[in-house]
Amino acid sequence: MKAADWKLRTSQGQGLLIAIAVFLLMFTLYVGNHPAGLTVPVATTAANKAVLLALVAMAQTLPVLTGGLDLSVGMVFVMTNCLASSIVSGEPWQVALGIVVVLLAGALAGFINGAIVVYGRLQPIITTLATGAVYYGIALLLRPVPGGDVQPDLADFMTYTVFEVVPTSLVLLLAVVLIIWLPFRHSVVGRGCYAVGSAEGAAYMSGVAIDRSRLAAFTLAGLLAGVAGLMLTFVTFSGEASASIGGTYTLNSIAAVVIGGTSLYGGAGGAIGSIFGAFILRTIDDLLFVFDLPPLWQPLFQGVVLLGAVSLGAARVFRIKNRLELFN
Amino acid sequence: MNEQQSLRPTASGTTVPGRTAEAGGTTPFWQMRGISKRYGGILALDNVDFACERNSIHAVLGENGAGKSTLIKIAAGVVTPTTGELMLEGREVKIARPQDAHAQGIVCIFQELSLMPDLSVADNICMTSPPGRFGFINHRAQRRRAEALLERVGCGDVNPLELVKNLPLSRRQMVEIAKALGRQPRLLILDEATSALTAADVEKVYAILHDLRRDGLSILYISHRMHEIKQLADTCSVFRNGRHIETFKKGTRSDNEIVRLMIGREYTQVYPAKPARPEAPAPALAVRNLSWGSRLNDVSLTVGKGEIVGLGGLDGQGQRELLLALFGVLRGVSGSIEVDGKAAKPGSPGEAKSPRIRMALIPEDRKSEGLLLPMSVRDNISMASIGRFTKGLFIDRARQDARVDEVIRRLAIKVGDPDSAVATLSGGNQQKVVIAKWLMTEARVILLNDPTRGIDVGTKQEIYQLLRELADAGTAILFYTTDYDELIGCCDRVSIMYAGGIKRELRGDDITEENIVASALNIDLAPGHPGAEHGA
Repeated sequence: MKAADWKLRTSQGQGLLIAIAVFLLMFTLYVGNHPAGLTVPVATTAANKAVLLALVAMAQTLPVLTGGLDLSVGMVFVMTNCLASSIVSGEPWQVALGIVVVLLAGALAGFINGAIVVYGRLQPIITTLATGAVYYGIALLLRPVPGGDVQPDLADFMTYTVFEVVPTSLVLLLAVVLIIWLPFRHSVVGRGCYAVGSAEGAAYMSGVAIDRSRLAAFTLAGLLAGVAGLMLTFVTFSGEASASIGGTYTLNSIAAVVIGGTSLYGGAGGAIGSIFGAFILRTIDDLLFVFDLPPLWQPLFQGVVLLGAVSLGAARVFRIKNRLELFN
Repeated sequence: MNEQQSLRPTASGTTVPGRTAEAGGTTPFWQMRGISKRYGGILALDNVDFACERNSIHAVLGENGAGKSTLIKIAAGVVTPTTGELMLEGREVKIARPQDAHAQGIVCIFQELSLMPDLSVADNICMTSPPGRFGFINHRAQRRRAEALLERVGCGDVNPLELVKNLPLSRRQMVEIAKALGRQPRLLILDEATSALTAADVEKVYAILHDLRRDGLSILYISHRMHEIKQLADTCSVFRNGRHIETFKKGTRSDNEIVRLMIGREYTQVYPAKPARPEAPAPALAVRNLSWGSRLNDVSLTVGKGEIVGLGGLDGQGQRELLLALFGVLRGVSGSIEVDGKAAKPGSPGEAKSPRIRMALIPEDRKSEGLLLPMSVRDNISMASIGRFTKGLFIDRARQDARVDEVIRRLAIKVGDPDSAVATLSGGNQQKVVIAKWLMTEARVILLNDPTRGIDVGTKQEIYQLLRELADAGTAILFYTTDYDELIGCCDRVSIMYAGGIKRELRGDDITEENIVASALNIDLAPGHPGAEHGA
């Protein structure tokens, strides 16, 4: 029985396992060819960059699980960054309050997305395209020119290491997984998200609280984007209302979600896969760097990896016997 | 004006149904009083009184569209009645959402499965009220509960961690039953819940239902399989045209009487005269040994040049799949299809409509498969034949419009401006647009999937007339309809499908409601039944 369980778990977690394997392979290649090898500074730099995308990708995972895309995660990320660069400084209590306000702002942005989608019955993709622009506008108002600051001791702590071995950013990521993702995954509301994404009609018929699940998914997405925005502030010591950062992170988060094995149709996958999807995307950049490939190659290379990952997910098409189902 | 309305009794409350249950003096467990449900102009349920008791299995019988599914949807909270009240143990209850029904212990096993394919069996079984505390799920407890329930329905071999989408249909249906049992039902409703089960599973389900009856449950059983009802039910209720016709105890009515109760309606439609043919014309469409998975089993039939062949039977017996297979929509179809003696097994709808085959399919759901709702009437009508109106790379609008307008006139489609969106037309006119689209291709073989559903009587008659004209001009027509009246009035021959195969072919005077209903239910009527009385 146990062996059968393991077999099932393995086959169901295939997407995740492939993502982990690909990442390990790429990271080994990277470290093996890095002039310095695997030193703590190399790992920390890699981790700091990767964790930002990983957090935004985790945020993206939740709406995707319910069957919708959130195009505003990157903009919430930028908005909370600008907010954090204004209020996370001063006395310890001010810093603590600032952090809470930043996280609440992210969650509120996500809640607004969810409320419009659920109660306004609008498509998530277009809703979040619009609200994303609004959040970017707020970011610009908060920080018309790049600048601001953040409590330096905290920033240093968050971007260096714990016990001089483990990058703090990885610890933060682990904490987010343990405190936010796993409890959510095992909650009734979290399962509701999977149910809605898998078959909304069946979920409704089973008495699942559909609206609550959707709302929770978008709100948590906003919260996670807020955590990422805070982390960005610690990394850059400043805030910048950059549309290109917001846009790039949004699109890369979708790519990371897909590479991590979450279905864009919803209902299957999870945030852990997205973390590794994000790591893979970041490692591509680093690989190009250590192999001295011109940076011009980077988008092309990323595109090829994404295409490969998506093709794996699309293999189901070959099993469909009724062509009408292709369009559903 | 529609058919259902014209058939309403002149005085309400003329029927006796529902009263039988109250005769004992005790309050019935579940009661529906004066329930009506109106969808637009269609009255799906008409002042229905219905009751069922504890410790009983109550079968509900009726033709397609008799109101059975509306009845159970109301109980399950999917549909709210227009008027009337629901009573549980003598107290009125409000059931506006599925959650309300669950809270009252009303559990429904639907025909279309209510499982989430990407989730595990255990997740699905415990979806409604998972074990655990503070909103978190206790996975071990969930798994134990799932295992116990699976064991109970005889599916101990199914691993609760398996994803539902990886199970075969018959197992899924058993999971669905396990899920329902897990909700501690007091009123259990099964809507065709055994349709996909194997014989062994069916036995198991019977045993469970008998146990549940002994435990005091009230069970509503909807099935098209007469032998199941005979084996299971204590009480039967017959519905017809949205009305509760009669409730009787098991064994007090013969099969023939039950069939008569189910039919018993007047003819309201007028059909064009059928041509007298001494023998069937040469086949234009010849289908041999067509099979597709478990849904189509060795179907063979022919449609002659100029002939209208009806396809009958209860919903979901493979009629839709047969038409889709002929039209090249399904993959992995075995068997042969010939049109005018030449092999013509299309690999896609595009190939099916090509000049080599010239087939047309009027689909079931005009909104999703028939029309491009936001596009204009003209664009919709020319959609299938657009290739005929090109000049170089471009569409020759003038030629297209001239031909389209001709078809609009021929079908008398009521449209103010042919360039307005097809969504603005009435249902009947939309259906005419779908038909017009395929007339433009000058098809040799026309397949129709329930083309008159939900449209008014006047348009229906125009469509019958048109089909006969097309047939007289040499078109072969295969006509699936859920309305038995149409099979009798319109068709030269009728093939009744059951469980993916052709159960029986009727021709000439044998096309009667009794024969159609009996074949559709897969029962053989006793010889010498008074079928002729019924004006067929």
